Amino acid sequence: MAESPQGLAGSDHEVYSDTTVRWFALAAVLWGVVGMAVGVFIAAQLAWPELNFGIPWLSYGRLRPLHTNAVIFAFGGCALFATSYHVVQRTSQTRLFAPGLALFTFGGWQLVIVLAAISLPLGITSGKEYAELEWPIDLLIAVVWVAYAVVFFGTIAKRRVQHIYVANWFFGAFILTVALLHIVNSAAIPVSLTKSYSAYAGVQDAMVQWWYGHNAVGFFLTAGFLGMMYYYIPKQAERPVYSYRLSIVHFWALIFTYMWAGPHHLHYTALPDWAQSIGMLFSLVLLAPSWGGMINGIMTLSGAWHKLRDDPILKFLIVSLSFYGMSTFEGPMMSIKTVNALSHYTDWTIGHVHSGALGWVGLISMGALYHLIPRMFGQTKMFSTRAIELHFWVATIGIVLYIAAMWMAGVMQGLMWRAVNPDGTLAWSFVESVKATFPFYVIRLAGGLLYLGGMLIMVWNVVKTVKAGRPQAVAVPLRMAHA
Amino acid sequence: MEILYLLIPLSAVLVLLILGLFGWAVHRQQFEELEREGERILEDGA
Repeated sequence: MAESPQGLAGSDHEVYSDTTVRWFALAAVLWGVVGMAVGVFIAAQLAWPELNFGIPWLSYGRLRPLHTNAVIFAFGGCALFATSYHVVQRTSQTRLFAPGLALFTFGGWQLVIVLAAISLPLGITSGKEYAELEWPIDLLIAVVWVAYAVVFFGTIAKRRVQHIYVANWFFGAFILTVALLHIVNSAAIPVSLTKSYSAYAGVQDAMVQWWYGHNAVGFFLTAGFLGMMYYYIPKQAERPVYSYRLSIVHFWALIFTYMWAGPHHLHYTALPDWAQSIGMLFSLVLLAPSWGGMINGIMTLSGAWHKLRDDPILKFLIVSLSFYGMSTFEGPMMSIKTVNALSHYTDWTIGHVHSGALGWVGLISMGALYHLIPRMFGQTKMFSTRAIELHFWVATIGIVLYIAAMWMAGVMQGLMWRAVNPDGTLAWSFVESVKATFPFYVIRLAGGLLYLGGMLIMVWNVVKTVKAGRPQAVAVPLRMAHA
Repeated sequence: MEILYLLIPLSAVLVLLILGLFGWAVHRQQFEELEREGERILEDGA
């Protein structure tokens, strides 16, 4: 098999299209800081409501969706775009299909983010969680997403390796499903440029909304990032996936099961009992394929555990999987109706979300970006390995403070709300539970500040790395395609 | 619960699509020589 040496493209040999990867990777770091900073601010507002300042566009109600959209779609989204474009090229041994269209997805996605940052504080919202953006922005998202699908699947179609690496299955499922979810849930009747009404109403709307919401978690925040995991862990550990067979099995099980878990957001509401039971059952079943992914990723280090000692990037990647395992155990538990009767509407839900978001999504993205960014600037390592190590510990301590505080607050709230006096009257008023939550809000703020601080360390390291290197064209290797 | 008239057919179509994709993958021998494929990304240039 003939193979040309890796390196700079001096000839007119095909090179990978990494410009868009580079831009998305840097944007992910930027939006991570912005999204987490908004998160820290609103956490402070919950402890000290004076921080609303009586200004509508600084109010908690308007900034909360800005936070969620920024961390999920701006930070998470850019990380997924960057890594999926990088991974699909490398594993397909071919240049990106329609690089110009890929660049369009970058500009289009940044425009979506900016429009969100303007419209949400202005109070322009559809009121649907993680789908707050009004219809003009929804249309833009649909256009960008179709372009994304064309680039990604077009690259797969022109692959030089017959086999489609497992990470691409996860990315592909994420892209297709998010398209379906977005179009169905965002269906609305516009009445003005800034206002529309959902095509659905009442508990029907709730069902569609949480079919969307949970699949956003399952496909955007899980399948997409599992795709990331399946490439960057083997590459960083220099070992193949522990069981490639398992990766395929749990992929199919995961994408099938996730679709049915949505009703667990609607326990003890007007949603019919049988729908709630389906949601609970499939959520419990989901534990198995999720843990398949966790075990597969962690066990990839089998025989190479010592690498964890000295490689902080591996620490990020492997610890992210432990949080993934925790969250995918906690989630099914919270989907049990009797447990949910205690946890729903409390801060336990917030703790669960952030265990998955900071622990799984955040750490895997940081690990992947620390692997990817130097290579996008002609280097093999970040400027400072010690800064990565510091970031890891600061972030992890932050996560632990955050979730422990929210667990305690949540269980306390649930117990206070259901406590009754001997005569059957409620033992506590609602505002008393709010007052009792105050110290936990402060501890959570401390955790979030640490997590944001870690992100700022990353910014410093990325800037130093970019300045020390330069973008280099990487030639697509010449090799006989595997039959 | 009229929304089910949308969600159930939609889900059925989705299941058929997924089964179709799976069938395509099997037919195109995506699941042959799996261990080799796991190691392939560690080779140069992947």
